[in-house]
Amino acid sequence: MLDTAPKLADPDAVFVTLVRAHHDLSPEESRRLDAALVLLLANHIGDGAVLEQAIEQARRAVRAPTGATEDQGTPP
Amino acid sequence: MPTTYTNPRFPFRRPLELDGKGGSARVVIVGAGLVGLTLALDLARHGIASVVLDDDDTVSFGSRAICFAKRSLEIYDRLGLGQKLLDKGITWKVGKVFFGSALAYTFDLLPEDGHRMPAFVNLQQYYLEEWLVEACTETGLVDLRWKSRVVSVDPRADGVRLGVETPDGSYVLEAEWLAACDGARSTVREALGLPFVGQVFRDRFLIADVVLKTEVPFPTERWFWFDPPFHPGQSVLLHKQPDGVWRIDFQLGWEADPEEEKRPERVVPRIRAMLGKDVAFDLEWVSVYTFRCRRLERFRHGRIFFVGDSAHQVSPFGARGGNGGIQDADNLAWKLAAVLKGTAPETLLDSYDAERIPAADENILHSTRATDFITPKTEAARAYRDAVLLLAREHAFARRMVNSGRLSLPHAYAASPLSTPDEEAWAGGPAPGAPCLDAPLADGFLLNRLGNEPVLLRFGENASPAVPGVRTVTVPAEGIAAERYAASAGTAYLIRPDQHVAARFRTPNADHLAAALARLWGREPAEAAREAA
Ligand SMILES: Cc1cc2nc3c(=O)[nH]c(=O)nc-3n(C[C@H](O)[C@H](O)[C@H](O)COP(=O)(O)OP(=O)(O)OC[C@H]3O[C@@H](n4cnc5c(N)ncnc54)[C@H](O)[C@@H]3O)c2cc1C
Repeated sequence: MLDTAPKLADPDAVFVTLVRAHHDLSPEESRRLDAALVLLLANHIGDGAVLEQAIEQARRAVRAPTGATEDQGTPP
Repeated sequence: MPTTYTNPRFPFRRPLELDGKGGSARVVIVGAGLVGLTLALDLARHGIASVVLDDDDTVSFGSRAICFAKRSLEIYDRLGLGQKLLDKGITWKVGKVFFGSALAYTFDLLPEDGHRMPAFVNLQQYYLEEWLVEACTETGLVDLRWKSRVVSVDPRADGVRLGVETPDGSYVLEAEWLAACDGARSTVREALGLPFVGQVFRDRFLIADVVLKTEVPFPTERWFWFDPPFHPGQSVLLHKQPDGVWRIDFQLGWEADPEEEKRPERVVPRIRAMLGKDVAFDLEWVSVYTFRCRRLERFRHGRIFFVGDSAHQVSPFGARGGNGGIQDADNLAWKLAAVLKGTAPETLLDSYDAERIPAADENILHSTRATDFITPKTEAARAYRDAVLLLAREHAFARRMVNSGRLSLPHAYAASPLSTPDEEAWAGGPAPGAPCLDAPLADGFLLNRLGNEPVLLRFGENASPAVPGVRTVTVPAEGIAAERYAASAGTAYLIRPDQHVAARFRTPNADHLAAALARLWGREPAEAAREAA
């Protein structure tokens, strides 16, 4: 099962790390980098079903029309 | 253009039918291509005569299949052509994959010894067809009719009525059983109005066979490049063939103009870019292809069987077209022979669909995946593809994703109605439905001992009961054969006429073996019991 509960001790740092990984890459290299990361992590997880659940969540997030989510959230 | 091979021309002989005689045959095969000829020879080896009709008067013209896989070689060995393939063909087992100008990884398709046949032999399809024609003729059981085009097909309950056109006129031939081996554009399939649908790949490939007159530093291996500097953005495949011929396969993309790309003015510079300016060569054959993956919904339609490209088509990456068709013929021949001889009930023939449809699906799946990897359809697909290739240099997990064609392996008939499922625990060995594994014996190779009738393969002297009417082959309970079959003293395998496993027992008894034999012949156990009583 895909675990989506918050787990990262320092989420801000992880976010920055991911963005920084793309520093000085061309758009094409950037795409490859993301793909390579996904492949490495998919292999690390080693479970096709978990990967499929993650894809489903990711697609749902990307495809959802903005503003249509139930929990609109409030700016901090 | 071909300089290394001249197509033989086979004479048209006026058939009896044109003079009001003959008119019927038990088995008619439409198409004397790779698959039709293989089926005719296999049937003849079982003592079954056939009439083979072909609209042409020669073997395959120009270059088509070149890679014959181990299983095909084993089938041809059973049919008596194995040594010829080994002698003339180019044996290989190592493949290299390059990305850009760097080696991404190397694979070895047959890392272990003790097999009579190698992983692959490269040989031009026309040689094999020519030998098949000779071998068929030698049997005296194959009535090969050249320049005989089937123009109409009228299926009936007890046979098929064919209209045949020849240079001397037309005639009608009644077949009890018909094998449609008439290729991808099958007349028989069209006459029956059967849909043949699937996926077309929006890509084109230039296939150039060249005779090199200069030494080149390429070993006898399969080399595949993704995005090489000499053909940027596309893929290239290189194979060695007999007669100093090299097959080079350039991916061109969908936009390429096939007529334009075939012109030597376009082809020669591509080859120069690859081999260097100083390499002298002749163009032997050039062609531009698109590929598709599709199959018929069913391969048996009453008295008609679709065999080879008439039943299914795949992309060439993985060499699954010809090799798959050869296995179709291998699967059908013994069944049809047994039904014609009365050894087995007609229902045995239904297992052709049950076994060969999953095999075709497996081939289509692999060939589709390979084509998707080679021809990424979106930017994202290309990014993943390239990332796999880049990671492959360092990481074994990514190497396993590199797909330049998953090379043809025999299909194991896992859910076959002819197999008796294991009841004991097995750690390895070929499971019921799987093809037999070869192994060295003191006096030759195991597969050569099996033949084309059911065989009881026993490990250890006098260990297992014999099966009445079935030849027994006894091999030592220790050694490589026993290891490959996960066998110990007493183990017995019941082998089908096509050298696939029907059943296996650690502690065989006569009843189990008899039931497994009945099942192998497509007989319900109850019916078999009645017969035995
Ligand atoms: C470029 C290329 C490379 C390939 N490489 C490989 C490879 O490396 N390995 C591999 O395994 N496969 C390969 N293949 C596939 C392989 O060539 C085919 O799968 C194989 O030829 C199929 O054999 P077949 O007998 O079913 O059909 P075909 O070889 O097409 O034979 C059909 C025969 O039927 C005859 N015929 C057709 N209509 C009629 C009619 N109405 N009446 C009488 N006769 C008729 C034709 O004249 C022909 O002789 C390749 C194919 C291509 C195009």
